[in-house]
Amino acid sequence: MIEAVGLTKSYGAKTAVYNLNFQVQPGKVTGFLGPNGAGKSTTMRMMLGLDRPTSGTVTIAGQPYHRLPNAPRQVGALLDANAKHGGRSARAHLLCLAQLSGIPASRVDEVLGIVGLQDVAGKRSKGFSLGMGQRLGIAGALLGDPQVLLFDEPVNGLDPEGILWVRNLMKKLASEGRTVFVSSHLMSEMAQTADHLIVIGRGQLMADLPVRDFITQNSTGFARVRTPEGDAQARDTLVRVLAEAGGQVLTEPDGALKVIGVPLPRISDLAHGADVRLWELSPHSASLEEAYMRMTQGAVDYRSTQDPHHAAAPQFQQQQPQQPFQAGPPQQPYGLPQPQHAAPAQPAYTPEDAR
Amino acid sequence: MERTARVVRSEWTKIRSVRSTVWTLTAALVVTVALGMLLSLVVRNTFTDLPARDQLTFDPTLTSFAGMILGQLAMIAFGILVVSNEYSTGMIRASLTAVPRRGVFMAAKLLVATVLALLVGMVTSFAAFFVGQAVLGQYRTTLGAPHVLRAVIGGGLYMGLIALFAMGVTWILRSPMLSFGILIPFFFMISSILSTVHATRRVGNYLPDVAGQRIMAVVDTGDRPYGPWGGMFIMLLWVVAALLAGYWVLKKRDA
Repeated sequence: MIEAVGLTKSYGAKTAVYNLNFQVQPGKVTGFLGPNGAGKSTTMRMMLGLDRPTSGTVTIAGQPYHRLPNAPRQVGALLDANAKHGGRSARAHLLCLAQLSGIPASRVDEVLGIVGLQDVAGKRSKGFSLGMGQRLGIAGALLGDPQVLLFDEPVNGLDPEGILWVRNLMKKLASEGRTVFVSSHLMSEMAQTADHLIVIGRGQLMADLPVRDFITQNSTGFARVRTPEGDAQARDTLVRVLAEAGGQVLTEPDGALKVIGVPLPRISDLAHGADVRLWELSPHSASLEEAYMRMTQGAVDYRSTQDPHHAAAPQFQQQQPQQPFQAGPPQQPYGLPQPQHAAPAQPAYTPEDAR
Repeated sequence: MERTARVVRSEWTKIRSVRSTVWTLTAALVVTVALGMLLSLVVRNTFTDLPARDQLTFDPTLTSFAGMILGQLAMIAFGILVVSNEYSTGMIRASLTAVPRRGVFMAAKLLVATVLALLVGMVTSFAAFFVGQAVLGQYRTTLGAPHVLRAVIGGGLYMGLIALFAMGVTWILRSPMLSFGILIPFFFMISSILSTVHATRRVGNYLPDVAGQRIMAVVDTGDRPYGPWGGMFIMLLWVVAALLAGYWVLKKRDA
């Protein structure tokens, strides 16, 4: 088990992590979620005793990392897939780590097999793709066959097959009773991998709950209703009727209505009763990505100037239910094409990536 | 004890599995020997043109070590790379996760790299001496002559210590660019500038390289206020100071 108590880290005037309190339980995959720069990596470095907390503590199995007896056999970590000397072969890289930790050299070929790098073991890691680098990093974390595993963004750069492999590996490790702590900035990924979620934004704890609860709390459906264009009166009538029926009605930028809490057939009946024609009545479900973005909206450090959030947060955001994977931009009123880097959940460049 | 042994073994694996180790150490040896040979050749051919005073104080041992001025830069590069590789690759985090006791980690790395640098330094020094003497012909000296063996062993010590000094400074600075940018001008320019200007020569005498090089001179020209081992001791003080500062930074700063 990993436990953080009042964990705080400041760099001069800037506070990277503030008063984090949480526990990471064994036997589960715990997702550590937050936008870039939220303090995920800092927190993980403090867990490993690499960075010293400004105040508070973080312990593994009740001990600070540097006091753990035989730490590398109890805790394995992947912090940065690029943390290797490009001139060293994959096998030599792992051998260095194994010898540092007092792990027999035979284990090196074992973990190379587990991550599927056995055929390139003798190649210099300079030529490795990002995905191969991630696999090598994961191999390093597995070396000591540890009970506690930390992975910082392990699926970055992996192809779909690699992502699936990591997902299954995490689940398998957790099912063996290990503590698995995985950071990510992708909610959709965590929804499929993790059992429990810890969400931070700007260094502060925003949520600590089982994934199932997060999903039930946040995947409430809504209906989109569109009344004839230019007929403001019809729309106002419908809004009033729906509100009387106990629905929550929000107006979208293009004039459509987002109705929460009233089932679709009932909306139709109410509209019929009020003599309002409908141009659209469609069911939607809010994506988890959207719920996550709503949660961390105020906590995104780096935002494109072309992002509509840059000026002011809109009333709400939405997304097509058919694309749960895409952390896409919120709907644009006029369907303007949006450059990739404007996606709020994944700024294309942040100082964290640059390291 | 067993833990320290395995950390040392790992550092040995690290050092021999990258090419920069071979390159820098080979360069130190080749440059020192080749340049020393070239200068010895020049001296032999122009010896009779030298002023009488210079002929009298001629030091064949020191002449064969003339290549060390450049060769030491490769030794410094070796020292910088051994340490800065950890930081520039980010490997330091994995290393310190595996060895949470930072002092043990630092000591193991220094031990492996210094032993290697000393070995290569000794080979370089003896090679430079023998090649240089062979070229000097009739002006040569022998290992058996007074103080010559001390000077040759001293040359090897000097090469090892200069690498160790570079390692200490790099533990403080961490970045390879910063370390090269400070150490290379320091050893290539500052000491020679300070030693040429009369007013600053007395300060320059106490720089690590100037003090350390005293041991390679067999003929005492009397221009330095310390003997061969005194000079070596001054250099050692510099090395210890750099290492202590490096240890302090490693211990206190976030990795």
